[in-house]
Amino acid sequence: MYRYDEFDERFVRERVAQFRDQVSRRLDGSITEDEFKPLRLKNGVYLQLHAYMLRIAIPYGTLSSKQLRQLALIGERYDRGYGHFTTRQNLQFNWPKLRDVPEILDLLADVEMHCIQTSGNCIRNVTADHFAGVAQDEIEDPRPTAELIRQWSSLHPEFDYLPRKFKIAVTGAEHDRAVIKAHDIGLRLRRHPDTHEVSYEVSVGGGLGRTPMIGKVVRDYLPKYDLLAFLEAIMRVYNLEGRRDNKYKARVKILVHEIGVEEFRRRVEEEFARLDGPSVNADPAEVARIAAYFKAPDYEVLPATSRVLEATKAANPAFARWVEVNTIPHKAPGYAALTISLKPVGEAPGDATSDQMRLVADLAEQYSHAEIRVTHAQNLVLPYVRQRDLFAIWQRLGEAGLASANIGLITDIISCPGLDYCALATARSIPIAQAIQHRFADDDRQKAIGELNIKISGCINACGHHHVGHIGILGLEKRGIESYQITLGGDATENAAIGEILGPGLAAEDVPDAIERIVNVYLSERAEGESFIENVRRIGPAPFKAAFQEIAHAVA
Amino acid sequence: MPLLDRNGTKIDAWTRSEGSGIDNLSQALVPWEALTEALQHKTRDQRIGVVIPNNIRIAELKLVLRQLSLIAVSFPAYSDGRGFSLAKLIRNHGFTGTLRASGPLIADQFAYALSCGFDEIELPEANAARQPVEQWLKAVGQISHGYQRGYGDSHNILDQRRTARAAGRLAAS
Repeated sequence: MYRYDEFDERFVRERVAQFRDQVSRRLDGSITEDEFKPLRLKNGVYLQLHAYMLRIAIPYGTLSSKQLRQLALIGERYDRGYGHFTTRQNLQFNWPKLRDVPEILDLLADVEMHCIQTSGNCIRNVTADHFAGVAQDEIEDPRPTAELIRQWSSLHPEFDYLPRKFKIAVTGAEHDRAVIKAHDIGLRLRRHPDTHEVSYEVSVGGGLGRTPMIGKVVRDYLPKYDLLAFLEAIMRVYNLEGRRDNKYKARVKILVHEIGVEEFRRRVEEEFARLDGPSVNADPAEVARIAAYFKAPDYEVLPATSRVLEATKAANPAFARWVEVNTIPHKAPGYAALTISLKPVGEAPGDATSDQMRLVADLAEQYSHAEIRVTHAQNLVLPYVRQRDLFAIWQRLGEAGLASANIGLITDIISCPGLDYCALATARSIPIAQAIQHRFADDDRQKAIGELNIKISGCINACGHHHVGHIGILGLEKRGIESYQITLGGDATENAAIGEILGPGLAAEDVPDAIERIVNVYLSERAEGESFIENVRRIGPAPFKAAFQEIAHAVA
Repeated sequence: MPLLDRNGTKIDAWTRSEGSGIDNLSQALVPWEALTEALQHKTRDQRIGVVIPNNIRIAELKLVLRQLSLIAVSFPAYSDGRGFSLAKLIRNHGFTGTLRASGPLIADQFAYALSCGFDEIELPEANAARQPVEQWLKAVGQISHGYQRGYGDSHNILDQRRTARAAGRLAAS
């Protein structure tokens, strides 16, 4: 993985010193609370419901064991012994004290980490496919691109006071695991059919929130060399033309929608043609320097399937199920990419205690080249595991309550923190997730239902990605009572789609019943081998709506 | 209003005129709406500056760039970053005169403003009183090098790495 050089190191250290100075200028009145707000936000400090929250950047979801141990330490020393992994591959601490923040930033800088631009109206932490470098369907590793963008977007002189936040995601695989179509800019590495040159497909204007939009392609094949100049052109058009009269209409998706993708593309291409690309782009040697950090580890030469693994699976059905559900095939024979579920039934999705973080750090060090990934679905990945080591890992995870075999299944729920923590929330999210998990806790039942993504947001800002959940749940407040709106048919992959609302909002206690009815329609209607989302696409929403209406009427 | 640049406070040599009447002012700063007329009345010795809103289109502005000695870009609020992009565009279109950011900026934006091509900052009295010039001069150097190429000087990190590579001090790892 990437390591800081002297420049990166100095940059992050100076940034911490700058924040200390900003805090002191706030305290002596040189800057007002209003002026201080974007400064603290761009260092990841939010004012939340009960306390300050600190959001730590985990660029493209990649962590070393050393870094994860440091996060565990910070959680223990400055928080309540746990942290929350988010849908943007970041980590949030919910209880730090403002006065401790500069010290925490120092501890982060010690392990080449920071909180830069994890909030505020700027280019946010860049995200990527969590199986980067190991997935079989990968055309090219997205991490060098993501790291280049991380550097380029950090404290960008021109683009630090944008109309609104700006999120960039990168994938290098055929199957989109980075939800690029729901980002302000989504980049997909792909081969040009004629030249076979790897280039970027550039989408702009995706986003969730109160006006969900799927990103639109503005360039089919952008030569890799032109990346930064093209991004600069997009950002300049947005910074100048994006709406600033209404914060709910300030994202680039609204600009693209209002002027149309053709006109947006024309303006970007015009600016791109006019600006001096070579003076903006990183030179190939710099791109190569970054890419070299992401070289594959020295894999052992192993048979495609481990006999040790097959034997332990045969002897232990629970282990066999966990392997089947939580691992994916790997580029390297005899290896697996393992997803560790942070969704044990009844726990807050995405939470990990400091002890759990240390265990995962230890396991990564012992079995996965000391590297961990954070997924946008709020789980952790050990990317380089020998198949024969899976059993030992499973046993140790089991002792820490981390061996749930539910990746991609109905209890692997994405959920924002909701009203239990968040100042913006209009309803609780975590208890809804927990209630659904309890309802479907049975392993055989989950497995029989198969792949089904439930995503829950506690307000219209959609941090829980509910629009792109196969089943989405949005918590609202109606006359002082929490009300949950259910959507169906959303999709976060390369087939990105926004879910359709099924009917009137439900009370919290009715949500598990409604989900069960929806699932029952699928179970009775599905064709052989058909997944939930495939079934919804084939038969349409009507049967699901009918089933939903029954419960909506019953409780009305 | 108080004025400062990378060396500290400075005296404003420009006189604002409300309309196009520039009389015998040697350096007249006129509103965008009055520019055409002011340029018509301008004598050979007079220098003209213009105050522009931050939503002006570069296509309109570039027609008059060569006749201007100063452009003051209005920042209605520190949080409205359009002026940074406008400055960059104005410089990219070849303007070599003085570029002024005018409005309630904060010291933490000074380095950004300079990098985008501004020469000086004109602050409302109250903002300047809260944030003395020493804070601006300190803030501007807090991050010694940025990553972005094409913003100001060649001391950005990418160009420094390139130089180091050329000198053989930094292997392509």
